[in-house]
This record gives sequence, C-alpha cells and structure tokens, in this order.
Amino acid sequence: MLRFILTRISLVVPTFIGILLLSFMLIRLVPGDPIEVRFGERGIAPERLAQLRAEMGLDQPLYVQFLDYLGHVARGDLGVSISTKNPVLTEFLALFPATVELGLCAMIFAIVFGLPAGVFAAVKRGSVFDHALMSTSLTGFSMPIFWWGLLLILLFSVQLGWTPVSGRLAALYYIEPTTGFMLIDSLLSDEKGAFLSALRHLILPTVVLGTIPLAVVARMTRSSMLEVLNEDYIRTARAKGLSSFRVIGIHGLRNAMIPVVTVIGLQVGSLLGGAILTESIFAWPGVASWLIEAINRRDYPVLQGGVLLVASLVMLVNLAVDVLYGMLNPRIRR
Amino acid sequence: MSEAAATPTPQTEPVSAPLTPAREVWLHFRQNKGAMIGMYFIIALVIVAILADLLAPHSPIVQYREALLVPPVFQDGGSWRFILGTDDIGRDILSRLIHGARLSIIIGFIVVFLSLGFGVVLGLSAAFARGTVEILIMRLMDIMLALPSLLLAIVIVAILGPGLFNAMIAVSIVSLPHFTRLARASAMSELTREYVSSARIAGAGTLRLMFRTVLPNCMAPLIVQATLGFSNAILDAAALGFLGLGAQPPTPEWGTMLAGSLQYVQRAWWVVTFPGLAILLTVLAFNLMGDGLRDALDPKLKR
Repeated sequence: MLRFILTRISLVVPTFIGILLLSFMLIRLVPGDPIEVRFGERGIAPERLAQLRAEMGLDQPLYVQFLDYLGHVARGDLGVSISTKNPVLTEFLALFPATVELGLCAMIFAIVFGLPAGVFAAVKRGSVFDHALMSTSLTGFSMPIFWWGLLLILLFSVQLGWTPVSGRLAALYYIEPTTGFMLIDSLLSDEKGAFLSALRHLILPTVVLGTIPLAVVARMTRSSMLEVLNEDYIRTARAKGLSSFRVIGIHGLRNAMIPVVTVIGLQVGSLLGGAILTESIFAWPGVASWLIEAINRRDYPVLQGGVLLVASLVMLVNLAVDVLYGMLNPRIRR
Repeated sequence: MSEAAATPTPQTEPVSAPLTPAREVWLHFRQNKGAMIGMYFIIALVIVAILADLLAPHSPIVQYREALLVPPVFQDGGSWRFILGTDDIGRDILSRLIHGARLSIIIGFIVVFLSLGFGVVLGLSAAFARGTVEILIMRLMDIMLALPSLLLAIVIVAILGPGLFNAMIAVSIVSLPHFTRLARASAMSELTREYVSSARIAGAGTLRLMFRTVLPNCMAPLIVQATLGFSNAILDAAALGFLGLGAQPPTPEWGTMLAGSLQYVQRAWWVVTFPGLAILLTVLAFNLMGDGLRDALDPKLKR
C-alpha cells in the first residue's frame, strides 16, 4: 500500500513542475512587458523601466528567473496584486473559504439527490422513472449553467421573490469571519437571522453549480448499480432470503460506490470551472470571480498565483482520489 | 474472394447481400429515438446556419431605435414584426439567434477539426514513438487536464486577447488532451494486432502505418469523441462569450448575447431565455447523437 501511494505521488511531481512552468510562463507570454503592462496607458520613462526590470530580475536569463520564481513560491511568496497591493496568497486565502463552501454544498446537493435517484432508476430499470431520470440528467449534463443561473434568478428571485440575487449575506448583517464559512460563522455570531440569510443566499448558487455533478452522479450510480446487480453475490444474497433493502442497500450499493466515489472526486476540477461561471452570476465573493476580475484588470500576478494555487489544489484532490480508489479497490494497487 | 466471409451476416435478419460496416452502424443508430431526434435537430440547425441570410427576418446587428425591448409575439405588446422580441438596443432576437446558429456550427466545426487533427497526430506519435516522446506528450496532456478546462481556456484567452477566433483556439487547446489520449489508447491496442505486423513486414513506412493502416481502425471512438467535442466546444465558447472573453458585441454569438443580460431579468425575460435555450437544445442534440453513435459503434469496438 505504501509503495502504491509513493508511486502515485512520484507520478504527480512532473505534473506539478509543469504547473509551475505554466504559471511562470503565463506572465511572460502575455504580449508586452509585465512592467509596461502594469503602468498601462500612462507609460514609463526608459531609465525607470530598466531600473524596475533589474529590481524584478527581468533582465536575467530565463532559467535564472525560473529558479528565482521557484524560490519565491517555496517561501509562499506569490507576488503582490497590482490593483490592491495585497499579497496574492493573502487574498486567495481570504476568498477561498467562500468557494469551498459553495463547492461543498453543490457536491452535497449532487450526492444527496443523485445517489438515491441513480439507485432507484437502476432497481426500476426501464420504468417511467428510469427514462425520466435519464433524459433529465442528460439535459442537466448539457446545461449551460450560466444561463441556468439566470433562469433560476428569473423564476425564484424576480417572479417569486424567494431568494436574493447576489452575494453571500444581506447587507444588514456583519459577520466577522472566523472559519470563513458563512453558514458556520453566522451560526456562531449572535446576529439573529444571519444564518437564514446566509442559507437563502446559498441555495440558488448551490443548485446551479450542483446541476452538472448531479447529472453525472445519477448516471454513474445507475450504470454502476446495474452492473453490480447482475453479479453472482447479489443472487446469492437474494437466495439467502435477505430483504431487498439489505441486498440493494448493503451488498449492492457498497460495491457500486467505488466508481461513483472516483467520479465524485474527479468532478472537483470541473466544479472549479463551473464555480467561475456561478460566482460571476451571483456576485459570489470567491476565488473564481477574483480570477476573472484579475483578467479584466490585467492583474497578472493575481492570475499567475491563482492559476498555480487552483491547479495544485485540483492536482492534490485527484491524487487523493487516486489513493482512495486504491484503498477501496485492492485490485488496482499493483 | 468470398464476400460473405468478410462481414458476417446478422442472424436475426437474413438478407441477400452482407451489410457494410457503415450500414450496420446506421441500423443500430436508427433504433435509438433520442439519437435520431438529435440528428434531425442538428441537420435542421445546419440548414438554418447555411440559409441564415435568407431565413432571418432582419439583420442581426441593425438597431431599431423605435422598438426597444419589444416582447415576443405571443405576449401582450408583441408583434409579428419581431417574433421573439427585441433586445435592449432594438435588435431582432430571432435574427440574432439564426445568425448565432451559423457561428455555433462554425465554432464546433473548427474546434473539433483542430483538436481532432492535432490530437490524432500527437496521440499516434506517442503510440508509435514510445520512450521520451511519449512521456513528454502524455505528461503535457496530464498537466492540461489538471487545470479546470474553463480556467485553462480563460488563461489562454487572457494571453491571446479576447475575441471569437482566440476563444476557438483556446477551446481547441483545452479539448486536445481528450483526443490525444483516446487516439493513443486505441492506437496502442491496434498496434498489437497481426495486420499491423504484416503491414510492417510488407514494408510499409511509419507514416503509412500510422495514417493508412492503424488510424482507420481507431476511428470509431474518435468519431464519438468528435461528436461530443462539438457540444463541449459550443458550450465552452458560449461560456467564454458570456464572461466577455469570447465573441465581442455586436457579434450574435449565443453566449455573448447572454452577457450583461442579468440586468434585464426583471423587465424582459425573453432577452435572457431564448439564447440560452438555443445553446441547451444544440448541446443536448449533439450529446444525444454522440451517445447514440457510441452505442451503435460499441459492438464493433468489443468485437
């Protein structure tokens, strides 16, 4: 097992180096000199430009610059945002909990609804419910989620007035961030009604971001369950006279979960992609909308640091899923 | 040469002439209702895209200043002049959708053409060259897969600058790893077959082996991936357009039409609803057809 984990980790190293290279090159591939870009329209005197270039080490050969960059990254120094002058890492850490909260809720939403629906469709294969679920999930899978968000706002916020349109909390509350998760922080505070407000703000973004994972989880659970239900041990369990709840719930589901867990883990990457769209629709103050703003403001240090952090995180989650998969399924450990 | 030996006749349906592989796939495909609906929708969409200039009642970019935010015909205040209503600066939404169909088909086609083309070359090179070349290519693909595809596309657009053409390049690059991995995997399994060895012994050069001997036998999964690639391309390009990084106004790209439409949810639901519906239906049609193709081609893959 240890050997398996070590192999997987060693496979990740080149990918990580590649991500470092990509984020390093990013700022240098952008047309124009990073310093000139920073000063933009106002322009900069040639002497001052040369001085700044020397200060930032931009006159050094590329490999020296890369080694320098690695040194900074290793010390947790990801540069300073051009527009706010705050360290990139600080800004990232302040906004990251909002994205995690949204992502976790979306994933929970997808699992809570997708798993039972998939199991039920598999058990009732060929039924009306099965067909309905399959077509709904294919529609969900094809959904342009930025439009889905607009539609839900149109229905629930504008027509029915049930949910707020944007942000994480109504403006009348102020919650000091302790954990960064608004649901927990608002519960800990003594502001009455803040928790409900946070919850109401969270519902629509959760549904929007959770739609595609929901479709994926439901489809994967159904097909994996169908496969498992044909196995000999299911027939044995039935022949032993176990209740069908036990057969399906314990013997079936436990084995059907292996590929589902993998799929859930692999959704993390696309979830972050979806978060970019969701956060920008609902003005959700998270990492993804921060990155989009950075692009619009041409704030390249933020983009560089953000890409490095997000890609590394996705990589680590994929590694964790891989290892978890190996633990659940000893057959692939070789 | 006995023809009967080349393709086994299906036992269920005795026919005089053996089925060609394409016909066999078609017979399977035809039984899938969803896939057929998807295919008809796509054919209709392509016709609309080709005849956009004839079908659209108005120009997609002309602004009718006297008719701002006119509701669609079936709602009070609507008129047959603007069947699906007008947007905030008085452009006919139906005409913009029709011209947008042309853009979406072109986007899908170019993206799939580029990513399939480069993906096949890279994948086959990796499968044939092995060693360092293979490791380099496949590691690069792994890195690209480690980033969320939309984020990678955004980063590429940030480097190249926003615009429809750059968005297409970005989406092509993002979909490249899927085609490369698929091409490599199917080429590797074909390479162990005897017909490849015999072609090699007969003196076929590497290029001929790659593209004439092996590639045609890898086409089934690649065709499926290409169909699904169409829907991804349209979806990603629309997302970039929505974020203001793809096609720029006044281009009638469906995603771009939705950018900034959030401010109209209260006053003009039609501005928000129709472009997204067009994206959803198109993507759904390609996904239905892709699924149907996969099922139809699958027995061949297993054989």
